[in-house]
Amino acid sequence: MPAPPLVSIRDVSLTYGQGEDSVLAVRNLTLDIAKGDFVAVVGPSGCGKSSLMKLVTGLLPPTSGEIFVDDEKVTHPIQGVGMAFQNSTLMPWRTTLDNIMLPFEIVEPHKRRLRSEKAKYVAQAEQLLATVGLGNFGRKFPWELSGGMQQRANLCRALVHQPELLMLDEPFGALDAFTREELWAVMQDLWLQKRFTAVLVTHDLREAVYLANTVFVISHRPGHVVYDAKVDLPRPRTLETTFETKFIDIVHDLRAHISRELTT
Amino acid sequence: MTGTRRLELLTPWAVTIGLFLVWELGCWLFNVPPYVLPRPSLVFQTMYAFHAQIIDHSLHTLFTTVLGFIFAVVGGVLIGLAVGASPIAYAGLYPVMIGFNSIPKVALVPIIVIWFGIGTVPAVITACSIAFFPIAVNIATGLATIEPEMRDVLRSLGATRWEILTKVGIPRSTPYLFASLKIAITLSFIGSVISETVASNKGIGYLMLSASSRFEVPLVFAGLIVVGAMGIGMYAICVIFEKRLTRWAFRN
Repeated sequence: MPAPPLVSIRDVSLTYGQGEDSVLAVRNLTLDIAKGDFVAVVGPSGCGKSSLMKLVTGLLPPTSGEIFVDDEKVTHPIQGVGMAFQNSTLMPWRTTLDNIMLPFEIVEPHKRRLRSEKAKYVAQAEQLLATVGLGNFGRKFPWELSGGMQQRANLCRALVHQPELLMLDEPFGALDAFTREELWAVMQDLWLQKRFTAVLVTHDLREAVYLANTVFVISHRPGHVVYDAKVDLPRPRTLETTFETKFIDIVHDLRAHISRELTT
Repeated sequence: MTGTRRLELLTPWAVTIGLFLVWELGCWLFNVPPYVLPRPSLVFQTMYAFHAQIIDHSLHTLFTTVLGFIFAVVGGVLIGLAVGASPIAYAGLYPVMIGFNSIPKVALVPIIVIWFGIGTVPAVITACSIAFFPIAVNIATGLATIEPEMRDVLRSLGATRWEILTKVGIPRSTPYLFASLKIAITLSFIGSVISETVASNKGIGYLMLSASSRFEVPLVFAGLIVVGAMGIGMYAICVIFEKRLTRWAFRN
């Protein structure tokens, strides 16, 4: 029996602007994301992938349709979601460790307990840093780290408070190919350990297939789901996996659907 | 210490001394009478001769300036936070602020004198009113340029507007604040000296005005140099605080 959906998007449309200048960014989008699942959303640029992130987290209200997270209708920004963007958005005035402590200062019940159980929370953050290979870098400032290390720290910040839902908006987009592939493995390890629900928005099809269980293809604007591919490759996947026929077939298949979107 | 670093420390002194030398030489060559432009040597002589009065008056000016500056920082930061954090406050306050800033402050002094009498109070108010604008504008700019992604990360964690302001807005605007403090402190001196010149019986501005009415031009210049020196001193203090508190903004 499949797990109940954590995120349920029901017939959602989103319009930016008003009157003649309005742009329909998302049209009649429907998709379910099961609890503990890892899904990727791919599509041509400008298809409203990033709008989808904002809709699910309640940062943007839909023009029509409904979104449910944990059976509750999303009407305002939902709390405690982890988010990571292409730009690492670490605060330059805080050390890496203090950056990662940020969610504890905001999300309940940690916020209440932070003062009295500071040591426990610091240990938790330091342990997570060690998991992604940044064990000795907590005292450094973000601008003393390389781009790849900043993105690792960014993932830590998104995950440290153990959110049920992790939203990733092209988090590896600005990195070089080698660093990116390294971080796929880091990401997969984190997910295998903690089994949060993850939504990855990307334009890199190999990345999507490497990381996700299901890949949704979104159409050209106005965006809606035109295709979904199940990725039933065994985990943990490695770089070797990406050279296997089955992996390549899935990427090809997705590629074909996206090309169709680009020509229409 | 490397050669360039030493040169960097020496040049300000060299330029200042050079300027005084050129001035001295010019007065001597063109035989400029001291009641038109006194030589620096005469100015420094006068400064020494009148040092008791100059110290007394300049300490008063320093006091009014710093007091006005402190009020300007408090007021400027509060208004800047309001304008930067709320679009309604921005729409409402910005035009008024620009209008107020366009008024020459020397024109305000007589009105302030009618309200508070002559002396310290008008000088403090003038110093404050001239210095708060750059502070408010810079704070507002710092807040208005928060990256939208940073805001989204905090909002999706469930941060309140207050938390976004204190955790991102204020730390992010501190470099803007310090940049504005350096401008504001020099403006404060302008404000207090203007006010003292128009309506006071204390302070460097008053000293210069009364000296010029007696044609003691070297004393006027002595006052000018003292104001300039105090401005440099306060500026340097602002820079020290800036380097201490916003080290992260000066990375390289």
